[in-house]
Amino acid sequence: MSSERITKKLTFKTFRFNAETDFLPYFKTYEMEVGKDELVLDILNRIKWEFDGSFSYRRSCRHGICGSCSIKVNGKPVLSCKQNVWELVDIFETDTLLLEPQSRKRVVKDMIIDKKDFWDKHAELKPYLVAEIDEHPKEEIKVSPHEAEQLLEADYCIQCGNCYYACPAVEVNEKYFGPAQFAKAYRFNADVRDNAKQERLEKVREMGPGVWDCVKCFECAEACPKDVDPIEKITKLHNQIFEEGLAQDNVATRHAVGFKHSIVKHGLLDEGELVRYSEGTLGVMKHLPEAIAMFKKGKIVMPWNMPKSKNLDEIKTLVKSSSKVKF
Amino acid sequence: MAKLKYALYTGCTARESTPELLMSTLAVAKKLDIELVLLDEASCCGASHLQDFDDFLSLVLNARNICYAEKQELNMVTICNTCQLNTVMTKERLDRDEDLKSQVNEKLAEVGLEYQGTSSVRHFLYAIIDDYGLDKLAEKVVKPLDDFNIAAFYGCHNIRPSHLHRKHNAVETDVGEGGGEEGFENVELMSKYNSGENPYNPTSLDRIIDALRGKSVDYESKNKCCGFHADLQAPHTAHKLTGTALLDAIDNNADMMVTPCPLCHLNMDVKQDSVAKEMGRDIKLPILHLPQLIGLALGIDPQELGLQHNVSEPTFA
Ligand code: SF4
Ligand code: SF4
Ligand code: SF4
Ligand code: FES
Repeated sequence: MSSERITKKLTFKTFRFNAETDFLPYFKTYEMEVGKDELVLDILNRIKWEFDGSFSYRRSCRHGICGSCSIKVNGKPVLSCKQNVWELVDIFETDTLLLEPQSRKRVVKDMIIDKKDFWDKHAELKPYLVAEIDEHPKEEIKVSPHEAEQLLEADYCIQCGNCYYACPAVEVNEKYFGPAQFAKAYRFNADVRDNAKQERLEKVREMGPGVWDCVKCFECAEACPKDVDPIEKITKLHNQIFEEGLAQDNVATRHAVGFKHSIVKHGLLDEGELVRYSEGTLGVMKHLPEAIAMFKKGKIVMPWNMPKSKNLDEIKTLVKSSSKVKF
Repeated sequence: MAKLKYALYTGCTARESTPELLMSTLAVAKKLDIELVLLDEASCCGASHLQDFDDFLSLVLNARNICYAEKQELNMVTICNTCQLNTVMTKERLDRDEDLKSQVNEKLAEVGLEYQGTSSVRHFLYAIIDDYGLDKLAEKVVKPLDDFNIAAFYGCHNIRPSHLHRKHNAVETDVGEGGGEEGFENVELMSKYNSGENPYNPTSLDRIIDALRGKSVDYESKNKCCGFHADLQAPHTAHKLTGTALLDAIDNNADMMVTPCPLCHLNMDVKQDSVAKEMGRDIKLPILHLPQLIGLALGIDPQELGLQHNVSEPTFA
């Protein structure tokens, strides 16, 4: 075998900005030969060491533990110390990669962003165990393996923020708690030793900041370097809100429940009825212009023409026997 | 090649607010000599909202839908991203968890059904690419789309989460003719033959546009979310996401947009006026369903493709 080291010549278009001295961000381009084992963090180091000592970024553990080194490459959120560079070349089919901070609007210097909103929202959901602890216990608090499994690995989160800065709901709604925050709320809600489940659910059920504003895009699941799968935990929080009888009567909860009403009647979803039931008779008025446009184009099925699934009685039987949740 | 045949799970939307999707799907299948058997027994997939309320019920209903494909020994194809995801999420959980599967089957037994896990579930788009083949599709083109800049809008639930996409949408077993044993083991070769795509750089729709000889638009929002699932609860969020994607396409000279998801289509097509208000800019862009676009290139009559049902009027057709 040849001992020759194979490298690829790559170009890194790099976001540069110093909030203290610059009016506008700019891009600097660095070219280098990159070996097949090099990670994004190696590239950040090389920019600093070989090109420009003023280049700034966060890193600490270099082992995927501290969560400080996240950036975006060609729009993909990456944990720098885990992400192989050649793999990115493969994904994007290009020799030019764009390095930028997780969020341009929160940048302080180069790759470093201000994560204040991320931490503040975290803190609001009590990201810790709330329990009366006996300081002189006779024996340890026992958690069974089955109970521990219920955390669904939500405790693997290293708070790198990849999910949060990839989340479109966070991007357009600054009140929205965010995926990592919900995953953490779930982590403690699922802990049998914890006593603050209701308090957290009363926060996450709110329209605006809460789980109902999730657009279900799965960006968070895709972005997470630890496979925390925040959207899965968000779904669990929705379920807990209903299970604990904490669901408020609003457009979001009626929307979820409305599916069941429709399915039991038609098998299929009655789209018009779902909007009417969710919004209420008055609320539905704001959809009128669109409803008229749709009607003109033959996109509205009249109640008397509503299609039904074949063997509808099977569906009715199953809804009756399988549905346990109440609203 | 034997005639391709699938069980078609239409979802609710194609039977109600986007009749043009079902019309164009059937017209294209007929033209390509693909047989689609409609699953009229199927119910709604829950669209991820029933799942928020009653997870177990959603599993039972989705498993029942798959049963009807299994009974006919057919693989299932879907024509809605969200149906696709909710169906494969059910499939994945049942196939991995014997315990859950028997709980679900206990219920299904009440109506004489049993979920086995024998039918695959894919979006029709990937069946066209992998089973039918883009080369063959290109040969059938009679009206090349070369005058048009077409923006592909992928929709979340076909491409994310990527582990479900790769496992269900992308066929990882068939490398096609000439692949043979060797091709099978050569991952690089395999990826050239199948539609497995990366959610950060999806290509399937662009490759179809290419086969139809249109020009595909390069724009950042192609793999972003349209916000549909928060339309009612968080209209501002939904409008902003829809608007950002539409304007991104328009600013990159799109003449039209195409999507494989009827829910994306509803947001992009029906809501242009309210979205324009939210964004403070005019928005006029024809939005086509994927089979409508394919159908036009294959020379199918626009009426048969249901273009009269599109709100954003496709004046070119
Ligand atoms: S699924 Fe919900 S929480 Fe996750 S990124 Fe999308 S909007 Fe944000
Ligand atoms: S959930 Fe994953 S992506 Fe989000 S902060 Fe935690 S480790 Fe990072
Ligand atoms: S883009 Fe919109 S409708 Fe399409 S899959 Fe995503 S959220 Fe659903
Ligand atoms: S440096 Fe600690 S996670 Fe990357």
